[in-house]
Amino acid sequence: MNFTLSVNGQRHTVDVEPATPLLYVLRNDVGLHGPRFGCGLGQCGACTVIIKGEAVRSCIRPMSGVQGAEITTLEGLAKNGVLHPVQQAWIDEQVPQCGFCQNGQIMTAKALLDRTPNPTDAQIRQGMAGTLCRCMTYYRIQAAIKRAAKAMASSSPESGSGVLA
Amino acid sequence: MTAFTNIPKSIEDILERRIGSPSRRDFLRTSGLLVVSAVSVAHADAFAQAPAQGAGALGAGPYPDRDFRQLDSWIAIHEDSTATFYVGKTDLGQGTGTAFRQIMADELDLAWDKTSCVMGSTDVTVDQGGSGGSDALQTDGVPMRRVAAEARRVLLDMASVRLGVPAPQLAVSDGVVSVAADPSKRVTYGQLIGGRRFNVTLTGNNTDSTTGQARVKTLQELKIVGQSPQRYDIPAKVDGSLTWAVDVKLPGMVHARNVKPPVAGAKLISADESSVSKLPGFVKLVVKGNYVAVVCEREEQAIQAARQLKANWQKPAAAPFPASEDLFNYMRSAAPTTGSAPAVSGNPDAAFAAAARVVEADYEVPFQGHTAFGPAHATADPSNDQLTIYSNDMKSYGLRSGVAQFLQMPRDRVRVVWMEGPQAYGRTAADDAGFEAAFLAKELGRPVRVQWMRNEETAWDTKGPAYTFRMRGALDAQGNLTALDYAARALDHNHLGYNEPDTVLIAQLMGQRRDMPARGGAATPSHMYVVPNRRTLAQVVGLPMVWETPLRTGNLRDPDGPQVTFASESFIDELAAAAKADPVEFRLKLLTASTEDDGNFKRARSIAVIKAAAEKFGWQPRPSPGPIARGDILTGRGISYAFRSQTVVAEIAEVEVNRRTGHVWVKRLVCAHDCGLVVNPEALHRTIEGGMLHSLSRTLHEEVTFDTEKVTSVDWITHPTLTHADTPAQIDVLLINADPNPNRPDLPQYGAGETVCKPLFAAVANAVFDATGVRLRRVPFRDARVLAALKTEGV
Repeated sequence: MNFTLSVNGQRHTVDVEPATPLLYVLRNDVGLHGPRFGCGLGQCGACTVIIKGEAVRSCIRPMSGVQGAEITTLEGLAKNGVLHPVQQAWIDEQVPQCGFCQNGQIMTAKALLDRTPNPTDAQIRQGMAGTLCRCMTYYRIQAAIKRAAKAMASSSPESGSGVLA
Repeated sequence: MTAFTNIPKSIEDILERRIGSPSRRDFLRTSGLLVVSAVSVAHADAFAQAPAQGAGALGAGPYPDRDFRQLDSWIAIHEDSTATFYVGKTDLGQGTGTAFRQIMADELDLAWDKTSCVMGSTDVTVDQGGSGGSDALQTDGVPMRRVAAEARRVLLDMASVRLGVPAPQLAVSDGVVSVAADPSKRVTYGQLIGGRRFNVTLTGNNTDSTTGQARVKTLQELKIVGQSPQRYDIPAKVDGSLTWAVDVKLPGMVHARNVKPPVAGAKLISADESSVSKLPGFVKLVVKGNYVAVVCEREEQAIQAARQLKANWQKPAAAPFPASEDLFNYMRSAAPTTGSAPAVSGNPDAAFAAAARVVEADYEVPFQGHTAFGPAHATADPSNDQLTIYSNDMKSYGLRSGVAQFLQMPRDRVRVVWMEGPQAYGRTAADDAGFEAAFLAKELGRPVRVQWMRNEETAWDTKGPAYTFRMRGALDAQGNLTALDYAARALDHNHLGYNEPDTVLIAQLMGQRRDMPARGGAATPSHMYVVPNRRTLAQVVGLPMVWETPLRTGNLRDPDGPQVTFASESFIDELAAAAKADPVEFRLKLLTASTEDDGNFKRARSIAVIKAAAEKFGWQPRPSPGPIARGDILTGRGISYAFRSQTVVAEIAEVEVNRRTGHVWVKRLVCAHDCGLVVNPEALHRTIEGGMLHSLSRTLHEEVTFDTEKVTSVDWITHPTLTHADTPAQIDVLLINADPNPNRPDLPQYGAGETVCKPLFAAVANAVFDATGVRLRRVPFRDARVLAALKTEGV
């Protein structure tokens, strides 16, 4: 069955079974490397993408549920060659160890900050609690989220549209 | 000229990206060395070494070992005075690649950003064993400094000839050699040797002892070591551009998924191919012994087919193991397979008989899994009767040798291209998926990608051994520790080695086993504390089922340290409490009771890290427990200390224990850490933080559960892990250099990483005791277990 998606602003049409999880289409048909398989159960967050402003676990989202959807992945956060403030904060804080989970951390944090631009510590902990990291970089991730929140606040809407994906 | 057969451009780009920054790639291109790919960059010196074969021949194999006695095997200088370093280690995310660039650039007198690093791919880097033991800098950093120093010496000799000035009268800065008396006379590294071979033979019997004639720099001469350049691997991990081992795609590649036995030791009677052969994309059902895999064109098709395959399995006649709730009783009653005689010093029996007080305690640590964030995976390409395996194996060289033996191929027909992957911490030392991909690729005659599912990985990965401990201590009337009796049992029979062709899971399932399983080991704590009378016993016990079991043990981030240190450092605290002594002062007294040392001033450095941690924490001396609070939240502090190899650490945890829920939150962690010479302080900070929190996850959450025939902890719900919600509010890391002569020119770099995993269990247990007066002697400290302990003790 044919499905059409917009991924990071580009249209893709694929012919797959309706039950196919979005993750495999993004990885194997669109050729993306940001979303990754971690559990296939929606428990860890490695496969996270953003649809309609929500962090979505693509490993449990069937293609039948995303017909025509506009999807942003890690690869789509940077605009005009400039990293998203969340990504820049990740580099400034030197967050990743192995980095395998960081797609989920960054995408979940991005959605969190779009929803809650100036989160409290408790909101960060709660908002990120379902996004796992086995190198346990949580301490630096939380610092990076605060750093990104500051950067996004100082880059006011009139200063440019490069901040929000 | 195409250097490599059957590696599509996309993969070449991947490997190119691993080499470093975009500018780095650009100058490689412009320098003419980047022929078609990073692999060919990696081979740039290789084809210089073997001009008769040419680049194409090298790319197509065979893949002989790199000669560690050739300087060209380690370093290539390019025409633009940049350098590529070839390092036979793998970077698991702690920044060792960045650190190698620092130490080698420093010796070579080249700016850090003009260097790049190729790691762990078996045909382009010398076999330095890959990673393990946190020894990358401690062991392998030493020859890397020497070869870089030798390259500098050779370059200065060349410059001396070119400039007509004796070498001692030359100055070198950032790859430019000039006459000290007349800096206008100068020549660059690139002009001297760019793109050509050194042709310098080194000496040494093995990679660790490789050396040239040059001396390495003194501590005072180092400029880049001790700085914190940002890790070069991070940007591509953040912008989505990195291609990981999981991302490899090859022409004609198919996807495989395993079908594991439903219970341990089950024998396959039949697998019904017709149950899956009509499914879309079906390619092949592969069955050999009890190893079963389904291969399909697309990934989700293979997943579906593996789920739908109808197979008949026969359960073993006897239960393969006790259920996890009976594990510790089983371990205490089982007959040991090794370790019958204790080590005795002094006269412990007499000391216990004369004691004013005898303290006894038992401790228990269950099996804990690696539970890698991404399940096992690899892709193998069998083109040209050779095998190329794309893998995140931390021990890529072992995988290459193991696969060659497993498939009875010459070693030089197999290579492993190392790529980034999820946290391993010992898991990929037994790289099941690498062997499976290789086997399946050979079986199908086309590239195969295999990946385990979450339930497979969590149930069937290698496990850190379970431990039971029985501790006894004797105190005299003054509260001095006069005797210590340590008895440990580790469930560790058939501990897996490093990618051995007869111990990886696929080999076991195929019935390819060695006659005698590995004996396994049980560890003992350090004897740095001065105790006049000791008895130390460490025994291994096994399970009824030795092979084909999901309870196979492997090396989990300091294989025995967290378990052993949980018992030893908890018990020291119990003794301190019995003696009504402050836990810090009690430890310092035991450390200062002697002036003996066991090398590299370990005792002095132990004292220093304990004092530094206590000072940073603001430790007020008093016995534990402190006054028990009245409200729901009880707070306390606990210290623990350990060393591994030559690295010493002290950790202090401050906890909040919720009296109503049993929840333990470690609010603050302090770590004082002495690993000698620090190469990259910022990267080390993060390695220490991550290591402590990984250990905290094991302290609070992690336990493998099983019934009598299968593992029942199979995902992140049933095998929980630390989350953002548990993260301490504050982590203080102190990097100490407590060498008695901290500025000695030859201050060594010791290892870092695993040491910090050791003390954490006990630091938390000691803090919970300090807060509540309740001693937790069984890991993990899940809410229900803590709450039950609080209720039992009436807290």
